[in-house]
Formats: sequence, C-alpha cells, structure tokens
Amino acid sequence: MTMTWWQNLPLFLILCPLMCAAACSALKGKAARAVITALSALECAGMGILLYYTAKGNESFVYAMGEIGAPFGNELRVGPLEALTGLAFSLVLLTAILGGWQRLTQDVAPNRMNLYGSVTCLLTSAMAAMVFTNDLFTAYVFIEISTIASCALICASNKGKTLFSAARYMIMNLMGSGLFLLGLSMLYCLTGHLLFPQLGAAVRGLLEGDRYPIPLYMSFLLMTLGVAIKSALYPFHTWLPDAYGNATATSSAVLSSLVSKLYIFLLIKIFLRAAGWEVFARRIEDVLLLYAAAGMIMGSVHAIRQRHLTRMVAYSSVAQIGYIFLGISLGTEAGMAAAVYHILAHSAAKAMLFLSANRLREASGDEDTFAALRGSALRVPMAGLAFTVGACSLVGIPGLGGFASKLYLASAGVEAGGLRMAIVLAALAVSTLLNVAYMLRSVLVLYRKKEELKETDQSILCRDGFFAVAAVALILLNLVLGLLGGPILQLIEQGIRLFA
Amino acid sequence: MKKKNDAFSRLLDWLENGDQALDTEMEDSLSDASPAEHIKQKKKKKADKRKTASKGASAPRRAYADSWWYRTCAVVICLSLIGLLLFTALRLPEFGTADTLIDSELTEYYVEHTLEETGAVNIVTGIILDYRGFDTLGESHVLFIAVCTVLLMLSVRGEKNEALRLKANEYERHFEPEDDLILQSAARILSPLTLVFGLYIIFNGHLSPGGGFSGGAILGAGLILYQNAFGYEKTERFFTYKTFRWVSVCALLFYSAAKGYHFFTGANHLENGISPGVAGNILSAGLLLPLNFAVGCVVACTMYALYTMFRKGEF
Repeated sequence: MTMTWWQNLPLFLILCPLMCAAACSALKGKAARAVITALSALECAGMGILLYYTAKGNESFVYAMGEIGAPFGNELRVGPLEALTGLAFSLVLLTAILGGWQRLTQDVAPNRMNLYGSVTCLLTSAMAAMVFTNDLFTAYVFIEISTIASCALICASNKGKTLFSAARYMIMNLMGSGLFLLGLSMLYCLTGHLLFPQLGAAVRGLLEGDRYPIPLYMSFLLMTLGVAIKSALYPFHTWLPDAYGNATATSSAVLSSLVSKLYIFLLIKIFLRAAGWEVFARRIEDVLLLYAAAGMIMGSVHAIRQRHLTRMVAYSSVAQIGYIFLGISLGTEAGMAAAVYHILAHSAAKAMLFLSANRLREASGDEDTFAALRGSALRVPMAGLAFTVGACSLVGIPGLGGFASKLYLASAGVEAGGLRMAIVLAALAVSTLLNVAYMLRSVLVLYRKKEELKETDQSILCRDGFFAVAAVALILLNLVLGLLGGPILQLIEQGIRLFA
Repeated sequence: MKKKNDAFSRLLDWLENGDQALDTEMEDSLSDASPAEHIKQKKKKKADKRKTASKGASAPRRAYADSWWYRTCAVVICLSLIGLLLFTALRLPEFGTADTLIDSELTEYYVEHTLEETGAVNIVTGIILDYRGFDTLGESHVLFIAVCTVLLMLSVRGEKNEALRLKANEYERHFEPEDDLILQSAARILSPLTLVFGLYIIFNGHLSPGGGFSGGAILGAGLILYQNAFGYEKTERFFTYKTFRWVSVCALLFYSAAKGYHFFTGANHLENGISPGVAGNILSAGLLLPLNFAVGCVVACTMYALYTMFRKGEF
C-alpha cells in the first residue's frame, strides 16, 4: 500500500530542517536567517495540512522509516493531536523569529548568524521528530539535539551573563537527559521493545503477571523525573529564570514556549502509549499532583518578588508548567486534554510576553527593571497591547486562551472528585490570585505616565514591522484559543482517544 | 529626609521597584564581565567581605549554598538516590538468564535476517544504518550541533574585534609545540598509519567490527596528532576551515538525502533499486558503505574542530 501525498509530509517535515541546518552553516548570516523564517513557515503549512486531513478522517497513520516496519525499524505516527501540537509549536517558532528579528541582529554577531540559523533548523527538526516519533529511543536522540540546541540558543548573544546561564542550563538538563536515558534503558531491559505500541503491550503483560514491578515503576519514575527537570517543574526550576531572562528575545520565546513543552508532550505520549493508565494511575500521579500544585503557587510567589520584567515572565513559566503537570497528574482523559490545551494556550501567551517584554525594554534604554519600564507601553503601543493581552491570558480573562485552559483544568479536577478536587481547585484559586497580583502590577507600571525619553534614545523607537506582524498573529492565536475552546478541545480529545 | 514607611508608600515602592534584596543577589552572581574577569571580581568581593567581617562589622549574609542544612540536604538526597537506584538494579532481571530480554523477538530477528536483508556481515552496522537508520541520522546531527554550538561560543573567525583575534593568536604561539623532535619523528610514522587505519575501519564497517563512528574518531585522532607535531601552518595545507565546512556539510547533506530516499521508498513500498550485493564483498550492502563514509567524515571533522576550537578558537 502506498501512502497518499500528505501522508509523506511527516518525513519531509523532519528531513527538510535537517538538510537546511547543514546548508545554513555554509551560508551567509542574512541568508541563513531567511532560511529559518521560510522553513518555519513551511513547517506551519505542513502541520496544518496534516491536521486538516487527520482530523477530517478521524484517523492516525504510521509511517515506517525504511522497508522493514514495526517492530524492527523506526516509525513515525501522526494523528490529530500530534499535528495540532506541531502546528502550535511551529507557529510559535515563526512568530518568535519574526518578533525578535531586530533584537537578533543586535545580539548575535553577523559572523555567527549562520550558526544560529543552523541551530534553529536543528531544533525545528527535533521538534517535528519528537512530536511524530513512535519510538522511545528516537525520542531520546532528538532530546539530545534539542538540549544542545537550546544551550546554543541561550549563549548565542555571548555575554558573560548568558554564558553562565547556559552552563547552568546545560548541567541541569544533562542531568535530566541522563535520568531519562536510565529509565529508558531499564524499560528496554525489561520489555525488549522500543516502539510505543509494542512497549505498551509488553508493559501490560508484565503488569498482569506482576513481574518486576519495582524496576518497571522505577523506569517510568526516572523518565518522569528527567522530563520534570528538563521542563522546570517546581523544585527543579533553578536553571530557568537566568536562562530565559538573559537570552535574546527569540531564544527565550522559543525555549519557554516550545522546548520545555516538547518534553512534556513526549511525557504525555509515554504515559498514554507506553505506560498505559494502570502504571500511572497507581503510583506516579499523586506525587506529581503535589509537585505541580507547589509549582503553581511557588512560581507565582517568586514572580512577585522580581524586579526585572523578563525574569518575572520567566518565573511565571514555572507556575504555568505547574498547571500543565496538574492536568497530567489527574490521570483522566479530561485532565490530559486540559494539560494539552494549557500547553497550547501557554505557548501562545508566553511567546508573546517575552517578545513584547523585549520590545518594551528596547524602548526604555535597554533596561528591564520596573523602574525603567514606567510608561514604556505608551512609547511602543503595539508591544504594550501584546503584553497586556498575554498577561490577561495568563491570568485567565474570559475570551483568551488562558481562561479556557483553566476552565478545563478546573472541570477535570471536579470530575476527579475527592481530595484531588480540593487540591486542584485550591491551587488554581491561589495561583490565579497571585497571577493577578504580578501581572496587574506590571501592566499598571507599563501604562504609568512618565516623561518622554531623551532625544538620543528616540532612534531605538523606529517601527518594527516584523514585530507588529508577530504580535498581531499571536494575539489572534490567543483569541482563537479562547473563543474556539470547544472545537479545539474536541480535537484534542479525539487525538487522545486515537492514542490508545 | 524622613523616609515614609506607611503601608501605602511601601506598596507604591513595591509596585515600581519590586524586591531589592533579590536583585542585588542576582547582580552579585551575574555580571556582564567576561568569565575570567568575573572570577577576579568575585575573589575581590570575597576578600572585601572578609575584611569587613574581621573589622567586626555586621557579619555578611551567608550564601545559600554555604549553609549547613543545604549541604546536609544535598548529601542526604544523593545518598537516597543512590540507594534507590541500587535497590532497583538488584531487582532487574538477572544478566544472562532467559529472562534478560523477556521478549527477545527483536534480537532473534536481527541475528537471522540482517545479512540477507541489508547485506551487512557486521550486524551492528546493519542495525544502526538500516533498521534504525533514523536514530543514527539524528545521532550524527548531534555531533554536528555540538560543533555548531562550540563554534558559536568560541570561534573568533571573522570577529570584528581585532584585539580578540590577536589575543587568540598570541596564546596559540605560546602553546605551539616547538618542533619537538621525538613527537615529530613519531608522528611522521604514526599519523599516516592512523589515517589509513581509520579509513580501513570506515570502509570495512559493513564487514568487520567498526564503521563510521569508530573509524571517524580514529581519523580525527590522526589529524590532531599531525597538527600537534607539525603545527597549524602545515596542517592548513590540506585541512582548513573551508575544508572542514565543505566536508561536513556535504557529508551531512548526502547522508540526509540518501536516508530520505531510503525512508521514502521504504514507506511507500517502492522499488529502491539498491541491491544488497554479494555479502562479504567490499562493494556490497547497498548504501551502507557510502553512509559509513559520510558518518566517518562528520565524526573526523567534529573531533578536529572541537580540538582546534578549544585550543585557538580558529582553524
């Protein structure tokens, strides 16, 4: 049976960026930047087509990488959920490149821009591969690529600060990768399979025979721990604020709304397809629930204490990662769907926050303390608007993505009932209040009247067309996520059902 | 001026300035200076602190990581993690029993079918370049991205700041081996042998143990040895930045294209026109030989580039 034309897309969505990455390293800086922009646009288109066809046919398909398929060769698997997540990620990537364009030219030296392009291409490829892969080890290989790529993205601007934060990022993330690899090899030792469907069947077999329960749980625990470190779940978040706060705007946006979510998406895949509900329902979720709830509250508390806008936005990521893990830890279909929804909503909002924070900072003499940012939203109205919309979305104002996802999280919590419901609702309430405190404060400061900047600083305020395009696109994305909550949630649930 | 301390003014202060204490801490640990300068500054600050402490001024706040409970916690967490992992390892299936891989379907299949389906006598090569070729494709890009990252951080090529380049060159002159007779005589014999041996391992990868990764590492080691003995000038006669760039780019592009063709025809069940050939011949096993060569090129370039970047920051 041959594949239809669109079923061949996943292969090209992974291979094209790989080849572009190699080509970029031999190109001039400007050409490389054009390549990554075009590439991410193509990626969006491809993901969109895949989403359209898979959602329409309510089907998922497997793409064998080579003549010999499962269980001996590598495989890709594409369904509505993968396509939707991929589409969201590539949209965010495109807007991050556009919105941070001006800053990128300042922060990254022209002789290094081609390498920045290469690294971004490889990250794109890793994104597509991790979203589509049907194989645990392939996922690990691309985790490696995305880890090194993110490190390169952080230290691309090559200042003292970024080098330190990149080193810290590297150490914590390698720890995470190591734990993941440990869990993976333990699982392979027990089951002898790496492809998700076979792995799932073998795990079920082991559970039914009650054989090797301890290593089995331990392997899933180690993988969860690895992903938790890499995506900055609360007590493992220490690398995050420096890394996101000091990198160039595009990098922070990409890291916060693409890379860390990618690992979580992979974890969801592992839970649903390899572990099955049983392993997960019995042991891991209660622990996760507590960490997630702690993260939701502590991340916000840290964010309140910040004096720099970017660092505040970075700390709020810690809280938002907590929300996602909260959804996962409910261990129900509704909880998973809400978690995926929050991944989408938070990606859209956080990219916008980082990009507009950068723009506001440019308009305030390149300082991002709240004192310096007073009234900056009046100087660059577009960035002010984007920041306000992003802040409102995170707080959960109806009509924006954040509201819908919080609503779904709460209703999933109510469905779970008992003590869990109490924890979920309490954490949501407290965290939302804290969100309001710091987001409201920053928006108030941004819109406070202040005397105009000196003449010399006016040159920075030249219009940034690319940023405007990116901001409008992201605002629209937030509105779509907020207003079309029902259909999108249905799509996610459809994807999750096809997973099993 | 009397500082107002009522709730409202404190609130306003917080609205505009946030928490000051945290910020100074941050500035302490991160300054814009280069790493070397930063360390110097830190030492100076420490010395200052000690001075103020000895003068009997108020004792400075101890850093978070210095506190005893932090250290105790670190040790306890480490020990418990070690204990937990050992406990788990003891409960894994015993090595060498029938249970080791409970489902050994994969192993059996590979042992029985690799030779016939891929034409590779060396089953490992058959598996990594054919059955699991996608993983290996990713793996060689891991090497590539490692080089890209190191170049991004350390490269002084095309640097506008002339002083930085001169400094790098000056350092280099300092460390350049000074025509070491023993090293040169040894390298004159060893480096060609190493290079040839590396090529042998690469080209024989589908027949005997070895392949692109190990052969490429040997090639890279040979290059590094030659460079160490004879210096940059002589190495640049045949291996410059340009060579590095073109070799690695072409190898990666060829690799991706070849694997892409293989995946595409495989998934669509098309005839790919590549025959495994006669097993055991040097020109056999279809794409495995050129793929091994591409991997070898990437690995050798990566090794040499990493070495020279960490040493000089330029080829």
